[in-house]
Amino acid sequence: MNKTINLTLKIWRQKGRSDKGRFETYAARDISTDMSFLEMLDVVNERLTLEGQEPIAFEHDCREGICGSCGSMVNGRAHGPLKGTSLCQLHMRHFKDGDSLVVEPWRARAFPVIKDLIVDRSAFDRIIQAGGFVSINTGNAPEANALPIAPQLAEKAMDAAACIGCGACVAACPNASAMLFVSAKISQLALLPQGHPEADRRAMSMVRAMDACGFGNCSNHRECENACPKEISIVNIARLNREFLAAGLISHER
Amino acid sequence: MHLDAKIPAGPLAQKWDRHRFETKLVNPANKRKYSILVVGTGLAGASASASLAELGYDVKTFCIHDSPRRAHSIAAQGGINAAKNYPNDGDSIQRLFYDTIKGGDFRAREANVYRLAQVSNAIIDHCAAQGIPFAREYGGLLANRSFGGAQVSRTFYARGQTGQQMLLGAYSALMRQVAAGKVHLFPRREMLDLVVVNGQARGIVARNLLTGEIERHAAHAVLLCTGGYGNVYYLSTNAKACNVTATFRAYKRGALFANPCFTQIHPTCIPVHGTYQSKLTLMSESLRNDGRVWVPKTAGDKRAPTDIPEAERDYFLERKYPSFGNLVPRDVASRNSKEQCDRGYGVGETGLAVYLDFADAIQRDGQATIAKKYGNLFQMYEKITGDDPYRMPMMIYPAVHYTMGGLWVDYNLMSTVDGLFALGEANFSDHGANRLGASALMQGLADGYFVIPATIGGYLAGTRFDALTTGHAGFTDAERQVEERTRKLLSIAGKRTVDDFHRRLGLILWDHCGMSRTNEGLIQARALIRELREEFWQNVRVPGSAADLNQSLEKAGRVADFMEFAELLVVDALARQESCGGHFNEAFQTEENEARRDDQNFCHVAAWEFTGDGRDPNLHKEPLIFENVQLTQRSYK
Repeated sequence: MNKTINLTLKIWRQKGRSDKGRFETYAARDISTDMSFLEMLDVVNERLTLEGQEPIAFEHDCREGICGSCGSMVNGRAHGPLKGTSLCQLHMRHFKDGDSLVVEPWRARAFPVIKDLIVDRSAFDRIIQAGGFVSINTGNAPEANALPIAPQLAEKAMDAAACIGCGACVAACPNASAMLFVSAKISQLALLPQGHPEADRRAMSMVRAMDACGFGNCSNHRECENACPKEISIVNIARLNREFLAAGLISHER
Repeated sequence: MHLDAKIPAGPLAQKWDRHRFETKLVNPANKRKYSILVVGTGLAGASASASLAELGYDVKTFCIHDSPRRAHSIAAQGGINAAKNYPNDGDSIQRLFYDTIKGGDFRAREANVYRLAQVSNAIIDHCAAQGIPFAREYGGLLANRSFGGAQVSRTFYARGQTGQQMLLGAYSALMRQVAAGKVHLFPRREMLDLVVVNGQARGIVARNLLTGEIERHAAHAVLLCTGGYGNVYYLSTNAKACNVTATFRAYKRGALFANPCFTQIHPTCIPVHGTYQSKLTLMSESLRNDGRVWVPKTAGDKRAPTDIPEAERDYFLERKYPSFGNLVPRDVASRNSKEQCDRGYGVGETGLAVYLDFADAIQRDGQATIAKKYGNLFQMYEKITGDDPYRMPMMIYPAVHYTMGGLWVDYNLMSTVDGLFALGEANFSDHGANRLGASALMQGLADGYFVIPATIGGYLAGTRFDALTTGHAGFTDAERQVEERTRKLLSIAGKRTVDDFHRRLGLILWDHCGMSRTNEGLIQARALIRELREEFWQNVRVPGSAADLNQSLEKAGRVADFMEFAELLVVDALARQESCGGHFNEAFQTEENEARRDDQNFCHVAAWEFTGDGRDPNLHKEPLIFENVQLTQRSYK
């Protein structure tokens, strides 16, 4: 409790999309181990501001691990060393005095760097636009209990629906594939009867959108699952493959 | 100014139907000719955008984040209320209405709250149909749990991530309309001013947060779905980007701001433990269903909680409120925790915490059952504090969480500026002086999915619009003011950071206008805020430039508005010489230390009109008329 540590940070600084970017070294001194990683960056930024330098740009919002805004590579690992934890929920008690940390943005062709640690993840929105929904207008819905759903199915759907869209799966994948993200949404809706009428079209069109956005292919490295702060399982990728295959073989959606 | 709430005539239960019938409709073929700006993509903004686009309106939607999915509705944990009465435990629309009115300490409008209860069931139907993975019983039907302030089980939930699932549902509906070309989405935009032309809201001025470019957008109506102002306290459970700028700018353009002093302090948050702390984390109050709140019977008892025997523990909520026990409404629970800590019974290093203990529940139901209900919350607690709540009781303390005040709106959700609507937490209308648990999701979605699609047509069909382009002087003028302010913020180059000022502002409010307030404290707070604001404009340091992604500049603009807004909050608190709900003035309490309302003099909505910088705002009162409920002293004993 109330322990403090000193760290050396090598942080990626990049002025804009066209800038080449470089690592800069900063000292983070007297960091309380009760702080979160982002609070540690706040401390560094306060100092930079007072010293007349531009603070490090990083994305963050809820700081409770649910909005999916934050995320950086820390020593080569998406969201840092702790499993099932987003960067905002990573606390400094997991680091040692004198540690040296390399902090850089997600690296993927489909996620171009905007500034410093901030990347453009709008590709995820484009994938959802391609079919990550049930086509129902407000006012159309039947009585909710008219459609019973086995709780184990609802639970599995919830496991997949827990995705926060942070992009760590893409950043961790050697191919920069978005299969875990895409499969989480497809699985949620494939497991639930509400998603069935559009299942074929959804699988085809979301996978196509993923390819069009410039994400790579899945070659079963399982790095995504390991990096996911919500611990979304690659079982979902198997389900996506099944859905996609079935859609391609038997449906009219081409 | 006469505040006309436009409450439809007739019996309470028929008002909404009657109103929908009497409201003018826009011909389906004409809908596309009307453009609507929706600012914000939380539950209210996303659901309104999607629903209005489905109807055929031309919708432009703005969000401050990179994606609409990140709005802070996503963090709501516990659930959403509806009057389905699935458990057959005596619930009804009437009861949900009554509980909400009573929970709000009789400071909300009857007609609005009744409508909320009426549409609550349709929200559940719609969300289930969207494929939201609600919790279910073994037979596959929807599960319910009970939640703070209610004696029936009417709360629907998706683990501890209900807000996330409801928001992702509304987000996907919105994305579907974007793909269909019906919604034009503008992410990473911040609304910096409202444009009012001939008394009508006709557009906004927004900053592109990536390029710094100031953009003008014209329309026939503007919907503010920009959330609450809890971050005026700096430390709150709100996300870092939550701010008052959009609604406060609207206030400065003529919209009345109602009941700003009605702020909610949530009882179950992780306690503060350092000055560097950037935000507070809520632990869903659903935890109070199984967790028992206690402090040691001896002040200053420093033993580990597990070493304190049963007989030496004071389960103060169960003791004081035998019928509601740990499930009393939020304001009551918060004040009682504070009272225990103020009297020296607080626990933990700072003494500003009470225990929330699951030992009995784990013994009764088994760890697996408890893990199924609260697993993700326990995990989050352990991540933040390093303690395991399966073995040690949690430590909790109240934190600023929700703001009941907001822009004054009539029954149609329209503000005092024609064509300017406010939805969700951004308006004041449904929660009175205290919001009950699981009611925020209900209200945000009610406003967006069901109320605004029915009411906006009445305004559009019944209004004459002049042709308008963004070249109009209204836009030029607003843009010039925004640019001037930005230039000023960047040019001060003082010695204190924006966060430093914000933290100080928050502390002033927390100390003097937090869980319990006194007239002397409020007067002092007002002077301190003015002093701090003056220093802010002389000594703040905002690095970087206006023509770039500049997070310091974004924060500076929001804090500058908080500096002014904080004073309005204090002025409102001072004007309300009574205690009610979340507004507790120590001079007005019962012998049992409960809030003592003054229905004779303060049974009204306090709506404030901006009269110019540095001048006192004008107070307008909308009397609250209760025809269907009896005003009583709230009692949860």
